[in-house]
This record gives sequence, C-alpha cells and structure tokens, in this order.
Amino acid sequence: MASLRKIARRTFLIGSAAIAGGVAFGVWRYKTPYANPIAGAGIGAITPYVLIDPQGVTIITPRAEMGQGIQSTLAALVAEELDLPWEQVRVMHGPPAKAYYNGAMLEDGVPFAPTDESWMADLAREAMAIPGKFLALQATGGSTSIPDGYEKMRAAGAVARAALIAAAAERLGVDAQGLSTQGGAVVAPDGTRLPYTELAVAAAAAELPDTPPLKPRSEWKLLGKSLPRVDMVAKSTGTEVYAGDIRLPGMKFATVKMNPALGAAMNGFDASAAMAMPGVEKIIPLDGGVAVVAATTWHAIQAAEAITFDWAAADYPANSDEMRAQVAASFVPDSLDATNRDEGDVSSMGAEVFEAEYLVPHLAHATMEPMQAAAHLVGGKLTVWVGTQFPGLAQKFAAKAAGVAESDVELHTTAMGGGFGRRGEVDATTYAAQIAKAMEGTPVLVTWSREEDMTHDMYRPMAIGRVRAALKDGRIDSFDFATASSSIMETLAGRVGLPLMGPDATLAQGAWEQPYGFANYRVSTYRAPRTVPLGFWRSVGASVNVFFHESAVDELAHLAAADPLAFRLAQIKHEPSRKVLEAVAEMSSWGTPRPGRALGLAFAMSFGVPTAEVIEVAQTSDGVRITGAWAAVDVGVALDPHNIQAQVSGAMVYGLSAAVRGEITFADGRVEQQNFWDYEPLRLSQVPDIQVRVLESGGKIRGIGEPGTPPAAPALANALFKLTGKRVRSLPLSKEFDFA
Amino acid sequence: MAVTLTVNGESRRIDLPDDTPLLWALRDGLNLTGTKFGCGVAACGACTVHLEGVAVRSCQTALGDVAGASVTTIEGLGSPASLNAVQAAWIDNQVAQCGYCQSGQIMQAASLLAQNPNPTLTEIDEAMSGNLCRCGTYPRIQAAVLDASRRLKEV
Repeated sequence: MASLRKIARRTFLIGSAAIAGGVAFGVWRYKTPYANPIAGAGIGAITPYVLIDPQGVTIITPRAEMGQGIQSTLAALVAEELDLPWEQVRVMHGPPAKAYYNGAMLEDGVPFAPTDESWMADLAREAMAIPGKFLALQATGGSTSIPDGYEKMRAAGAVARAALIAAAAERLGVDAQGLSTQGGAVVAPDGTRLPYTELAVAAAAAELPDTPPLKPRSEWKLLGKSLPRVDMVAKSTGTEVYAGDIRLPGMKFATVKMNPALGAAMNGFDASAAMAMPGVEKIIPLDGGVAVVAATTWHAIQAAEAITFDWAAADYPANSDEMRAQVAASFVPDSLDATNRDEGDVSSMGAEVFEAEYLVPHLAHATMEPMQAAAHLVGGKLTVWVGTQFPGLAQKFAAKAAGVAESDVELHTTAMGGGFGRRGEVDATTYAAQIAKAMEGTPVLVTWSREEDMTHDMYRPMAIGRVRAALKDGRIDSFDFATASSSIMETLAGRVGLPLMGPDATLAQGAWEQPYGFANYRVSTYRAPRTVPLGFWRSVGASVNVFFHESAVDELAHLAAADPLAFRLAQIKHEPSRKVLEAVAEMSSWGTPRPGRALGLAFAMSFGVPTAEVIEVAQTSDGVRITGAWAAVDVGVALDPHNIQAQVSGAMVYGLSAAVRGEITFADGRVEQQNFWDYEPLRLSQVPDIQVRVLESGGKIRGIGEPGTPPAAPALANALFKLTGKRVRSLPLSKEFDFA
Repeated sequence: MAVTLTVNGESRRIDLPDDTPLLWALRDGLNLTGTKFGCGVAACGACTVHLEGVAVRSCQTALGDVAGASVTTIEGLGSPASLNAVQAAWIDNQVAQCGYCQSGQIMQAASLLAQNPNPTLTEIDEAMSGNLCRCGTYPRIQAAVLDASRRLKEV
C-alpha cells in the first residue's frame, strides 16, 4: 500500500491552506446554467473527488460520460468506501484540472500482452512516449478509466470516510475506533448519527489521514453489482444536458461550413445571398471556412448552404483508389515503421505458403450527436460548454482561439451524444471560441449539420494487411503479418502542434499482442504517406488489424481442415483467453449442426481484454441476416456486470455496422458520404439478440469501452464464409453480400 | 409570421417563419431541448415527436403546417417526477447509453403502443427501425417496448 498512500497524500490532500491559496486544487469555481451542486456556504471539498454540501454528497467523476456508463462506475468506487447508499449518490464531471490526469493513459494505456509482459510492456511504453505527451491530460479514452480509477477512486472514498470519522470523533469527544459509518452518516456506539453533511466542513478543514486499508471484495455492497446508472432517468426523460442543450439569455445559433478539401484554405466566398436570408445575423470568416450566426440553427444551416465559396484544393490524393495505391506501395523497407514482434524465423517458410491481402476503408465516427459546442466571451472571460474527451486540450485551444489566457477559460464538460474517439478532437471547441470572440458579449451555440459532421471527421484510416503463413502438423507454424496505413499519430501531432518522433504504436494495435503461440511469428507495420486527417476510432488499430489477423487465422483453420475453435484453442496457451473461447463456444452451441445457418468465430486480445465473439448468419429470401451474436470477455474484475455487457454488446453493434456497410470514400478530394442515408449504421431490425458473458480471471482490472468492437467484423466475415463458401477479404461486406 | 400551436398541453406562440422545421421551433424557439437533432433528413429519428398523438419526424415537419395542432415532446410525455410507462420501462431496462437518440426512441415506442398495445417482435422491428442508435442499445429497446406494453395493460 506504500504507493497508494503516496498517491493519496499527493493527490487528495486538501488542507484549508490549499483551498484558501488556490494552490493545489482551488478549482471549485462552478457556474452552470443548470444545477449548481456546490454553490453556497458550508461546502466541504474533501479530496478532489468528494464534495459535501448541506444537500448531500457529490462525487466528482473526472472522466467524460459518452455513453459508456463510466461516471456511474467511478462513483460506485468512491461510494463503496464512503459507505454511501447508491440512492444518495450525486455525480458531476468536474473541471479541467491537473488533479484529474489519467495515469493509466500514460503508464498502462498501451496494450501489452499479459502473457509476455516484460518486453512488450517496455516496447509499448517506449513507442507511446510521444502520444503520452498528449495524453498526460485529463483524458477519457483507450479503455483506461477503470484501470486508472480502480484504486484511486476507492482511496478517495476511504480517505474522505476517515476524515469524516475523525471530525465526528472530535465533535463527540470519543475515540474514532468506536465509530462506524452507515447510510451517509457516522454512527456512534450509542446510536447517535452524525450525517456527513454536518461533518463536511470540519472534515475538509483538517489535514487528511493516510489512506486506510480498502475493503476486501467480500465486503463490497455496490461494486460487483449491476447498479442503475446515475444518468438513466435524465436520458429517459429528455432532461440530460448535452452541449447543444445549453440555453442562455440572448443566445444566438450558429453553424460552420468548412472547406470539403480537408484542411485546405478558403480563397474567398460570396455571402450576399446568405446575408439577405431571414434570421441571419452575421457571417464570420474562419481559417478554412465560415461560420453563420442566425436566429435559429436551421436558419444558420440554410444560409450556410447559400454561400458560394472559392475553396483551395486538397493537398492529398484526390480519390480513394489513389490512396489505396499509396498504402499498397508502402510495404517496402523504407516505409517500415516498426517490427513489433519477431519470434522464431518467418523466413524459414517452405514452398507451401498461404498468402492473402486484406483491406479496410476509411470510416467516420458518426456519433448520434453531431459536433456541438456553446461559448460565451464577456469581459475577457470565456465560458465553454462542450462534450469533450480531452477537457484540458479543449481549454487550451479555446483560449488560443478567443485570445484569452487559459486561466480565463471556464470549460464545462457536458454529456456527450457518443464519442468513439471523435470527441477527443478540439475542432468544434476551437470554432465555438472563435465565433464567441466575433460575437463578444453574446452567447453562441454552434451546431454542425450532419453533412458537415460526416465530411469533416478525423477518420479511421484505410489500411491493408498482408499475411504469409505456413501450416505444419495441422497448426500454424509461421505467421508473417504486415499492416500498412497512414499514421493517426502523425496527423494528430500536426493538429495539436507537437513533433512526432519514433514509430506509431497504434499501427500495430490488435496484431502484436495476440497470445497465439506460433513458432515463427512476426508483426511488421508500414507507414503510408499522410493523406486526410485521421483520428482514434473506437479500438483504434485493433479495429483494423484484428480483421486481418482473425480472417487469416480462420482461413488457415479451414486450410488445415480443422474446426476454427479447436484450431485456436490448440495454439493459445494463455488461460483467460482459452476460457473466453470455451465460454463463447458453449453459449453459441458451437459445433451443433444448424441447417441454413452458420457460425463464425473471432478472438482478440485488445486493451488487455481477451474477447471471443461468435456471429450466426442465415440466408433468407430478403438476403443474409445476422441471427445471433455471442461474446465472452475477461476484464479481470467486473465492477458492474450489466454495464459491461451493455458496452460489449454495443461495441459489437458498432463493429458490425462498420463491417456490413461502413465506408468513407473520397472523390475530387472530398468525402462522398453525406448523411445516414449513405453512411447507414445497422438498424434495430438488423441486430439480433446479443448474449455477453463476463469472466473474471482476477488479473489486472481492465476497461471495456473498446474490446467488444475488433472481433465483430472478422466473426461476421468468417460466418459468411462458412455459410456461402465465399471468402471476402475487404470491408464493407455489403459490396459482396446482400444483407436483409 | 407567428404560429400558434399547442405544445405539451399549452398554447404556444412561436415567432418564426412558416417554413422553419418544427424541430428548430421547439429547440431554438421554445428552448424545449429534449427533442434532438441528428440528421435533418428524417434518416435517424432522433427528432421524433407526437403530432396529434402520432410519431412524426419534427425535422421534416414545417411549423406552418402544424398551426393549431397539438404537439407532444419528450418533456410532455413524462418527467423525472412523473414518468410515463414507456419511460419507466426504459429506466428499468437500463436502455440508454449516450442517450442522445433515446428521446426519439421513446416517442416512437409510445406512438407504436398507443396504436398497437400488443406489438409482435416483427411489428416492433418495423416500427422502431427508423430510429438509429449508434451505441447499439437495440436489444434493450426491444425488451423495453415489450415491458412497456405489459405495463400499459396493467394501468
């Protein structure tokens, strides 16, 4: 517990001096247009994670809620140690603050194989050193929130509880040893109850105690249980507040229209027709486009469509075919980014070699909520409301855009209508701050049209995978895996203005950490030239490489005339990985004949989570139908089983949507897809019942926002091969199959 | 150019042009932000409201066309203090993830159940497939519609 004690004292200590001086955590300055849970007197801010006011206890959960339920689980970690009943828990995100750095992003945010931790962990840390510079911020992503928060949120609760007990002991003049906590109060041996709300000021003013021992799992009352999410009522009644729901007196509504040639300049524009349209207030030139401010969002969008532009041309290949040729030409020594794994000797392959090339397209995030942000610049102070996965970065860019100091920016992280990596970007925040500056004194809400959102994403890269492999005695003896795409980190580094050195570890995600025991096993990554802006798309490199890797393993199983499940089990020694395979086989009745239907299997280790998925498909008169889906995951310790199941199930749907129809293409330097009619996710009638089993090996606790996505596409492709005999090596699958 | 209509039981005068989509009249004119903008072309269902009790896409409904009509939004269906049976089913089934599409999903489901109190799975598929969800909550949406159907019969 030594390190925990150190963390607790460094991170959680809030003496009265610190609050008064505003040195360490003097950040409790909130003004929101909706509920202000800590306004008024008598506030006890015990640790950066626990706030107590006369109305009750508020837990600060400094990871952004984009649908993954993280604020509920982080709150439960604190509430467990604080002995706070779930009904009494209130939650808020908290401000951008150094106190809320995501440690797991830095230290454990890279995927490294639990089976071969020593060298892989080192390599991962080395490779991710530069991304670490960006991610040493308050960040939500990389399935890191739970690994990061598991100990420190419980410690925050335990420290706060100890402080409350100490305050009660002093108040009652009794020894702290005899006091207990129950139902949000300290209870004395004689039954006297002192509610936390009455003890908070004294508890916050005192120096905090060392972190007491945390509860053993056997004493957990909240953790390990499926709890009702804290945001569920608001999200079922239209009362959740997303950035687009901020309303302030005198607010104006804006939209942006940027050069469809991504990142290119605007040479000029003619807004005379737009200015004459009803409700239009102002046209604001931006770097590479314009903003329109109007009486309603619709009037702004209509007017933006009426502007004629002289756009500069794109600085990247004009169309997807040319981009694909560039990626295909990158499998050369000069473009080698890294050899991420090299065991045995893959050059020893004989004449009987399996060779295959796989392809995945660019993808958009297409969050349900288009990009939105509200901003208000008044008296040199900028207030921003935005759903962001990187509040610190958003604050920095907002300050620059509005020409104010970072300390003069108050940033409120709202709920997000989906993130999937898209809301780690700061473009929407930057534009909102620029517009607020041009409209100084007037609050503005900036909403992108769906078309603007679809055509101005930071896309999941197009990628090509090449596999050469050889079988021996019914097993894979040699497996030489190479993957090529443009680098996400390279384009991100350009956007945030930092140099990038060294290889991009995201290129290898989902390929290099697989626990297969092939005798000769190499994973190489090649970096294609930079083209369009690229971003983190749920599961990042694993969304690409697992399709290549698990399609190839399945092809080799069939080549060996082996059952795909037995084939994998024979070559994976890692016990938790074997268990998820066995579990999903049992759940899906693998091996049971099913006329007219077929099963496909895929396995992946991503973000440290072994995940096995089975998809069932059927041929119907309307086309191919997905009729069943099963998944088994191992998260080490399952804090909220229902929420984990929801994450895995939803991540599978996200992966299947991309596998079936997801494709962003370029023509004349512009994205061709515009809206949900030509970038259409799966709909309710296309999604089967999904069963998810959560296993606990008891190993390191893992996050689960992403691992459900990577195996979905190869499991579907493998099922389609089994059903039809047709092996499709490129996505989306709807190009080769008719789906019902 | 003002238009008068009934919104959630109250007569409201909205001073916006007739061709303004109802979605934006609600959101930016009346500050009723529970109804969401997702696509603007009736492809996602996030903006679903009830017009005379029937689900419509408010992004494709002109304000001038609903003058004098009765519109119900998610705020009018029920509130945290007074939940509609469909909302209660949504909460008990823990449907929402990001939640952005759920106002539309709930309004669509409430309209379905008002017209068809005992929908089959196929009928639920048909009625709900115009409403996209990027978080993939579909299996729980289906379960919640069935649950709401049971609840409405008990009332």
